[in-house]
Amino acid sequence: MPVITYRDALNQALREEMQRDDRVFLMGEEVGVYQGAYKVSKGLLQEFGEMRVVDTPITELGFAGVGVGAAMVGLRPIIEFMTWNFALLAIDQVVNAAAKMLYMSGGQYPMPMVFRGPNGAALQLSAQHSQAWESWLAHIPGLKVVAPATPYDAKGLLKSAIRDDNPVIFLEGEMLYNTKGEVPEEDFMVPIGKAELKREGEHCTIVSHGKMVLVAMQVADQFAKEGINIDVVDLRTIRPMDVETIVTSVRKTNRAVVVEEGWEFCGVGAQVADYIQRECFDDLDAPVLRVHQADVPMPYAKAIEKAAKPDARKTVEAVKRVMYLNSD
Amino acid sequence: MAEAYALGKIGGFCHLYIGQEAVGTGAISVLREDDYVVTSYRDHGQALARGITPRAVMAELFGRSDGCSKGKGGSMHLFDRNTNFLGGHGIVGGHIPLATGVAFAIKYRGGDQVCLCFFGEAAVNNGAFHEALNMAALWKLPVIYVIENNRYGMGTALERASAINDIAERACSYDMPNEVVDGQDVFVVREAIARAVTRARKEHTPTLLEMRTYRFMGHSMSDAVSGTYRTKEELEEHMKRDPIMVLRGQMEELGDWNDESMTAMDREVREVVEDSWNFADNSPEPSGEALYENVLVDTTSDAEESAVAGD
Repeated sequence: MPVITYRDALNQALREEMQRDDRVFLMGEEVGVYQGAYKVSKGLLQEFGEMRVVDTPITELGFAGVGVGAAMVGLRPIIEFMTWNFALLAIDQVVNAAAKMLYMSGGQYPMPMVFRGPNGAALQLSAQHSQAWESWLAHIPGLKVVAPATPYDAKGLLKSAIRDDNPVIFLEGEMLYNTKGEVPEEDFMVPIGKAELKREGEHCTIVSHGKMVLVAMQVADQFAKEGINIDVVDLRTIRPMDVETIVTSVRKTNRAVVVEEGWEFCGVGAQVADYIQRECFDDLDAPVLRVHQADVPMPYAKAIEKAAKPDARKTVEAVKRVMYLNSD
Repeated sequence: MAEAYALGKIGGFCHLYIGQEAVGTGAISVLREDDYVVTSYRDHGQALARGITPRAVMAELFGRSDGCSKGKGGSMHLFDRNTNFLGGHGIVGGHIPLATGVAFAIKYRGGDQVCLCFFGEAAVNNGAFHEALNMAALWKLPVIYVIENNRYGMGTALERASAINDIAERACSYDMPNEVVDGQDVFVVREAIARAVTRARKEHTPTLLEMRTYRFMGHSMSDAVSGTYRTKEELEEHMKRDPIMVLRGQMEELGDWNDESMTAMDREVREVVEDSWNFADNSPEPSGEALYENVLVDTTSDAEESAVAGD
């Protein structure tokens, strides 16, 4: 099976879906002539032309709304935000228009569209460019929210998102674009709403999504050397959340740590912990712990930026605590 | 409608169209069936003009399951796929980019339809307005933006909100054709819209029209008709040019109309309203199941039935 980058996996998904369905188009800043700010849309303008790969002015609210309007009358827009940080300018279109149109029209206007772009902190981009938005977006009924961790899932989930007749929020990892993995060349889909048990163990569960799945896997590898085996649940989709996979794992391990890039308060981990306390109350041997960004805007200076981010060390600490192992 | 509101049949926000009738009816009367209309929350008159039945509109206002949005949208969110009425939208200016998107889709499919978009004059100070107009002009999209300048954004007079008073000039930033139009004369409205529609269909050029009109009621049902931000005298002055009376005068001059025909029409309208009221009153409330329906659809696309050529 070919090994390709997360970036190229997304590019394949876009190309294949645009070849498959002439209603699908890509719109956003620098998606065409520039070939994508992160080169995800490389070569698409040349293949599909400027009506289907549309460079926009820097006007997030405006082009997000253009996408909603086009979706209302039968097209299938893919709206690229250069980063999700800029999408805040468009949040009225995502929340008030795309998410609610079907409901407030009494079922007359589905929104077959994707809003996609990089999410989460990269390196030293400081406060306004280093944020993880999944808990904000997953709060809204009417949206599906997807956050793939691997090139395989990036391709399979983006294809599912494009074919879905609902508005799908597609959160790419800014630090994942260069990561590599096996991705089949043929047409395949990864279903929205299904988590994956990426590693099996019996001692503790780590629930995560997006970039932090890589951290979870690294931590699990480390513990395996000491004979402690960890279940790693990659949510893949935040909403609708695959509660069954989480619950099945926690009933087996009796312990859970939730790792996410975003802030603690009202974060994705809070929702996961709530499902666990409701469904696994009698199975738990320890309180569910959460690993997340420090409760501050992201600083610029390297050392304190590192201190603010969730990482392997903090995850190891949390696992030790739920297992009542001596901490360093 | 005001009576139904007072009786509690209609709830929430409700924004009446009285005084502005010539704009919606005149403009929409020029459109073809396959054209599109997108509008703001002051949408009842336009919905009726587009051909949504009075029964379906009244049932929606009453929050009943036979409403045009199944009772889930209410006064501000009238939708009808059959007449390409793409909604009443509740955030000032938020729907203007949608109209640009509809026009983008028309161009994408190579169609010759147009999209007509209504909004109040207060929306021209909003970023969504400028972003939408810029892209429509840049990409040459078949869309007609109609400002219903009723002089007040809720209670704030145009002069207190906009740095320029001739707001059609906002189009100059985008090199877009624009006109100031007497919005109280339905024939003048029709002529201006017809010019814009021709430009949109034949040249794929957007237009901004400023329709000068006046709202004879408060902003919404909770707002007094006059006394705070506008005087009774100002209101009465504007009511001398009630668009319905202007039309009546024109028709009488032409000899097509007299007191008798006016009385007959009033009676007919009363019957339609009573019928709609009774229909709405007898329509069931949305069921408990309906609460959770239409949040998401459970379908995915089938490219085999791709319909770029039409919708």
